[in-house]
Amino acid sequence: MTYTRPRRTTTIALALATGLALTSCTLTGGGDDEPTADQAAPAPAESDDASGDDDISTATAPAPTPADTGTVVLAAHDSFTLPDELIAAFEADTGYDLEVQLSGDAGQMANQIVLTAGNPTADVVFGIDTTFATRVVGAEALEAYRPDDLPESVTEHDLGEGTEAYLTPVDYGDVCVNIDSVWFANQGIEPPQTLADLTDPAYEDLFVTPGASTSSPGLAFLLATIGEFGPGEWQGYWEDLMANGAKVTSGWTDAYTVDFTAGGGDGDRPIVLSYASSPPFTIPDGGFEPTTRALLDTCFRQVEYAGVLAGTDNPEGAQAVVDWLLSPEVQAAIPDSMYVFPVDDEVALPDLWAQWAQVAEDPIVVSPRQIEAERETWLREWADIATG
Amino acid sequence: MRRAPGVALGLAALVPLAFLAVFFVLPVSGMLARGLWPDGQLDLSGVPEVLGRSRTLRVLTFTLVSSLAGTVVTLLLGLPVAFVLYRLRFPGRGLLRAVVVMPFVLPTVVVGVMFRSLLAPGGPLGGLGLDGTWVPILLAFVFFNLAVVVRTVGGLWEGLDRRAEESAATLGAGPWQVWRTVTLPALAPGIISAATLVFLFCSTAFGVVLTLGGLRYGTVETEIYLLTVQFLDLQGAAVLSLLQLLAVVAMLALAARTRSRREQSLRRVGARAAARRPRRDDIPALAATALAVAFVLLPVGTLVVRSLRVGPGWGLEHYRALTDPDATAALRVSVTEAMTNSLRTAVDATVLAMLLGLIVAVVVSRRPRSPGWARTVSVLDGAFMLPLGISAVTVGFGFLITLDRPPLDLRTSPILVPIAQAMVALPLVVRTLAPVLRSVDPRQREAAATLGAGPWRAAWTAEAPVLARPVLAATGFAFAVSLGEFGATSFLARPDRPTVPVVIYQLISRPGADHLGMALAASVLLALVTVVVMGVVERLRVGSVGAF
Repeated sequence: MTYTRPRRTTTIALALATGLALTSCTLTGGGDDEPTADQAAPAPAESDDASGDDDISTATAPAPTPADTGTVVLAAHDSFTLPDELIAAFEADTGYDLEVQLSGDAGQMANQIVLTAGNPTADVVFGIDTTFATRVVGAEALEAYRPDDLPESVTEHDLGEGTEAYLTPVDYGDVCVNIDSVWFANQGIEPPQTLADLTDPAYEDLFVTPGASTSSPGLAFLLATIGEFGPGEWQGYWEDLMANGAKVTSGWTDAYTVDFTAGGGDGDRPIVLSYASSPPFTIPDGGFEPTTRALLDTCFRQVEYAGVLAGTDNPEGAQAVVDWLLSPEVQAAIPDSMYVFPVDDEVALPDLWAQWAQVAEDPIVVSPRQIEAERETWLREWADIATG
Repeated sequence: MRRAPGVALGLAALVPLAFLAVFFVLPVSGMLARGLWPDGQLDLSGVPEVLGRSRTLRVLTFTLVSSLAGTVVTLLLGLPVAFVLYRLRFPGRGLLRAVVVMPFVLPTVVVGVMFRSLLAPGGPLGGLGLDGTWVPILLAFVFFNLAVVVRTVGGLWEGLDRRAEESAATLGAGPWQVWRTVTLPALAPGIISAATLVFLFCSTAFGVVLTLGGLRYGTVETEIYLLTVQFLDLQGAAVLSLLQLLAVVAMLALAARTRSRREQSLRRVGARAAARRPRRDDIPALAATALAVAFVLLPVGTLVVRSLRVGPGWGLEHYRALTDPDATAALRVSVTEAMTNSLRTAVDATVLAMLLGLIVAVVVSRRPRSPGWARTVSVLDGAFMLPLGISAVTVGFGFLITLDRPPLDLRTSPILVPIAQAMVALPLVVRTLAPVLRSVDPRQREAAATLGAGPWRAAWTAEAPVLARPVLAATGFAFAVSLGEFGATSFLARPDRPTVPVVIYQLISRPGADHLGMALAASVLLALVTVVVMGVVERLRVGSVGAF
């Protein structure tokens, strides 16, 4: 019965030492070592001269260098991404360091903004969508700001009802019913066209949608049905829809990749709730056209907005970020980076999008104020009908 | 001289207590206060309304029943596996131990998709008709938590002296009798520890319940999410959080009572002495282990197979894309860079969880003579489990509204992410170490003291040998937890240094088969890295530890 203590002690000491050594190369030890102080001559973000005849009205104008530069923090949801070159260009043009802060999905982020109203964790926010806009504005979480001379293609996405002073549209996407055209052709069945068609027995057990209470496109679809059938009638439509074998999943991912016939899995439902921008991604290798199609009469438009946060200590920087999000360069990068359409229609779309991603001419509309007022009632009623 | 270690321990306990107070009690009370004291006045008007909803009752019942069922099934399957992987010696054992832990780091949404791919009407197991029922939820609970049982019980079992069992057998006891009268009582504290953890994990499971239950099966956790994020009904959420808190406290009190009645000092030997080669009568346990491994590998296998599917054919393109920062415009960094971020955060979280966990485990394993102190110790023990039982929504949003002014304006501090992860890992560390420490006979410390050792030296001599291996096991476990954690961190305002689970989430929410393929490849990578890290940690052999 002997101890082997010396050896044990060394091993533990070794483990501790290794642990400590590893710690020294971690988040708190390392930090960003990108050079920041020696940025080239910073230029201001705000141009106080409204150069009205300028084509690129939202671009930053070169002007005298202000003394005050620093970091500007952009709060965004987890789906936010833009190419590094654009962020570098923003930093070079304005002298600010742009720090991106991610906080969950669009709903989580919107509520974080509401909960921290007046004492924000960031200076500017991107990604407040149509369904949460009224809540955020109503909580007085935003400071009024509008870039100068917005083109009409941008302002037509305003929500109205006073929100336009605070929120500037950046991108939009149409949430629409998608169909697997190949499946319908093979089966010799005429595909559906409208929301009402989905309750037709010909399409029994063929439709899958993410749920409204857990998924943002799911909520958009519920709103589409409310806008289409009216606040008193949509319940009956949903009862028929469920009776016709519609399937409700929790998220877009598993509806599209598991249940949909053309989403990469081995699904058995050829009708799915997705985006108008989904079809280009179903062009097969070696093929020339998508195997799926969006039904443009079934679309609800989700717009994403940016705004300056109330209580920011860097309002100029925050405004510069909003201007930058609307610059032609960022607008052009939006489709490939975030899979939504830029609000500025002067910007050229990527080829694939120009050819195959259509938008609804006349999307279904529900007033944002009504959404905010009725959301809870609608979602509860919906849950009773759709999730048993 | 006798008092010195007691005072020192008390002081040491203040560190983890302060941590718990700032990063758990404060945020949770902040959210409860927002809901129940909206304008500086207690407003309980919503309580009867929330409690009266038929939905509340249904959600509560389903949470309780499903978590209980999940706990029982996981225990039944986990015990034979713990036996085989920690009491028997055979080639490939280390690999199997690592395989069992893989599910722990896989993102729930990916696992949900894999389960559904298997069980959906068009999938290979579609004929079973289980899609959309409660069965996949139960299976997922077992899938994720098997590691908890195997590692918590295994850690205690590993060094247990086999001679007591052998004596009983020699005296004529059958295998069942030996198990019931000798082995089970020795393991009981570990089993109860594991059961508590599994129950807490099941009752706060979120993503997997949603994905697999298809919204039909709401739990308290999904309901709190709905009330907070969709409705911003902080009052309703506060009422449910309180209910959750009460239920968890009651459960922990029950577990503590059951455990304290069963705790005993155990004879320990080195792991090498305790393990033996498999025999014929181990066949049932080996079969159960084979079943468990197959059960873990089936969804993981589906994952690997699908990650290799490129268009109509097969290939490694998705894996090659992981190192390429320009592989997709959906990501600003390559997945390998995100892996570096993940590993750095995980190191921070693990060091934090281990430091705090060791202190807590040592403190709660002491058995003070005065009943008052004994009760304090047991309350302390439960307190560090609480974070597992409380909704991540409540804690996450609580951070935002309470840690928002100096000196505690930590809302955007980069240390918040490792801290949130450490809080999830901490209970696992404590529950792995405390049962082992408690099984050390206090007389060993006293004996060392009699022989002239100071109190620290006495504790070190008696306890360090048996603790060394469980410490390594707990370290590996904490690391795995932190690598895979996404629920709690998704509620924090994080700097844009994405970790792998975040990147997987970003990829999987994009259209296009390539994005799905990359997300699956990244999940495989995450699981592989976990297996390798844990394998390395387990291989830090600690000599023939504690051979008395």
